[in-house]
Amino acid sequence: MSVDQATVRRIAHLARIAVRDEEVPHLQEELNAILSFVEELSAVDVSGVEPMTSVIPMRLPLRKDEVGGHAGADVITRNAPGAEDHFFTVPKVVE
Amino acid sequence: MMSDLTKFTLAEARDAVASKKVSSLELTRAHIDAIEKARGLNAYVVETPDKALDMAKASDARIAAGHAGPLEGLPLGIKDLYATEGVHMQACSHILDGFKPPYESTVTSQLWRDGAVMLGKLNMDEFAMGSSNETSYYGPVASPWLPAGWDAEKGRAALKGDKKGLLVPGGSSGGSSSAVAAHLCLGATATDTGGSIRQPAAFTGTVGIKPTYGRCSRWGVAAFASSLDQAGPIARTVRDTAIMLRSMAGYDAKDSTSVNAPVPDYEKAVGASIKGKKIGIPKEYRIEGMPAEIEALWQQGIEWLRAAGAEIVDISLPHTKTALPAYYIVAPAEASSNLARYDGVRYGLRVPGKDISSMYENTRAEGFGREVRRRIMIGTYVLSAGYYDAYYVRAQKIRTLIKRDFELAYNDGIDAILTPATPSAAFGIGEKGSADPVEMYLNDVFTVTVNMAGLPGLAVPGGLSASGLPLGLQLIGRPFEEETLFSVAEVIEQAAGRISLPQAWW
Repeated sequence: MSVDQATVRRIAHLARIAVRDEEVPHLQEELNAILSFVEELSAVDVSGVEPMTSVIPMRLPLRKDEVGGHAGADVITRNAPGAEDHFFTVPKVVE
Repeated sequence: MMSDLTKFTLAEARDAVASKKVSSLELTRAHIDAIEKARGLNAYVVETPDKALDMAKASDARIAAGHAGPLEGLPLGIKDLYATEGVHMQACSHILDGFKPPYESTVTSQLWRDGAVMLGKLNMDEFAMGSSNETSYYGPVASPWLPAGWDAEKGRAALKGDKKGLLVPGGSSGGSSSAVAAHLCLGATATDTGGSIRQPAAFTGTVGIKPTYGRCSRWGVAAFASSLDQAGPIARTVRDTAIMLRSMAGYDAKDSTSVNAPVPDYEKAVGASIKGKKIGIPKEYRIEGMPAEIEALWQQGIEWLRAAGAEIVDISLPHTKTALPAYYIVAPAEASSNLARYDGVRYGLRVPGKDISSMYENTRAEGFGREVRRRIMIGTYVLSAGYYDAYYVRAQKIRTLIKRDFELAYNDGIDAILTPATPSAAFGIGEKGSADPVEMYLNDVFTVTVNMAGLPGLAVPGGLSASGLPLGLQLIGRPFEEETLFSVAEVIEQAAGRISLPQAWW
């Protein structure tokens, strides 16, 4: 399989990465190089094989359903590029 | 007392500090001085000398009071992927600009619990995506090994310029391997998703172990591909890595994939007899175009182990060649999901846009480097509607087959598997991957199978290439049997003779 330029733009948008028009042909080339590299997998017989979900056989541990310790809003918002009164600020989304 | 305290192995330094021949403060100062003089290598992205001196003084006080821990007073470097409370942690990415975590990773907190001293944060490929440390936002790291025919003057001139022509220290843990090989710390933390501990160790003549998946907690280590990522040490000897791993390993309730099993005293396995151990030699690792010197190194390794009483058994791991392409589906898929959190809202860089969506897109376009953007896009594609089964589910089935190959070998009584660590010695900065990303990916052809199967893998120096550069051998073990790897690796280290690391030319 290979991707065309429209697909490159669609993937970039799904991944929320802005791409400039002049970057698209080069990205297309690189993505197709990787896709052609993984193409050989389509020849592997995987009939009846279970997909791996956990590399070490173990049950997923569950914690008690109760409120645990947290660092507090001061600490959590300290690294934010925009924060006000313990809230993260973003560009306006509702007019 | 030794004239240069940075020339100690970690074990020697531990014994010297414990017997009060050297103080932690003296040892730490010697390393801080060495780091200052080696800035040209670009191994450290942040130095924390004040913190190091405070920690060293506290260590000396504990030693005086008779409360020394297993790593008491020993200065270490920490890969920038690890959260260190109040200290820079950016996974060497621009997108985490200015991030100082308000928490400490479990692995580093265990190192400090055991008395270790932090020298600073080590350079790496951005988000651990790379095999040469060239994708770092902070620029490439130079290996302390000079290319054949270079003298110190030529090396220093290149350090002042763009470093082109100097050798890569491997990646992604290139700051770790370079710092350990250049004696800028006694040992370093590293991480390994497809070979990022073992390949840099092999390129720099150092020792690195990626333990079994679940052995070390991943909590507080920035996630790349969660089902493959493991923490581990790089140090100058097999014994040193065994000492470090004991402190780094252990159960952590904060990582749901952490395994609740006791941590052995790995150092006791160093020097144990390997008589009667069955060592598998997988024929599929004899790849087309493999240089003769890699083949010769492998053969030499086989002879050393046979001479030590091991039984050499030819084995087959038929799905080996599918591991690298399957990895380049699984790892980018998980990365695209894990790295979705970097959106300019809660931490790091924010690049404004006309609305919230363009703010996300602009932030991620500017914050992530080329390789990271490329992998996120591949991952997004293979997980997208209509392609999920053809790529991701198929790759996960192939992963089952890769793991089964190893299980069959181990069921036949194989104790460990010996392979080359890398398909070549270190290459030059700027030499690979600029036209075709896959060229760089091929570096991990021998190491990536181990991550896909969740097994422990260790790289140990085996000799030098024709151009005088280190070459490594890899040992692959049964799950949670790291001790066997330490015993077998020690035989190789003794037989090969400890590699003589470069003298400071930088």
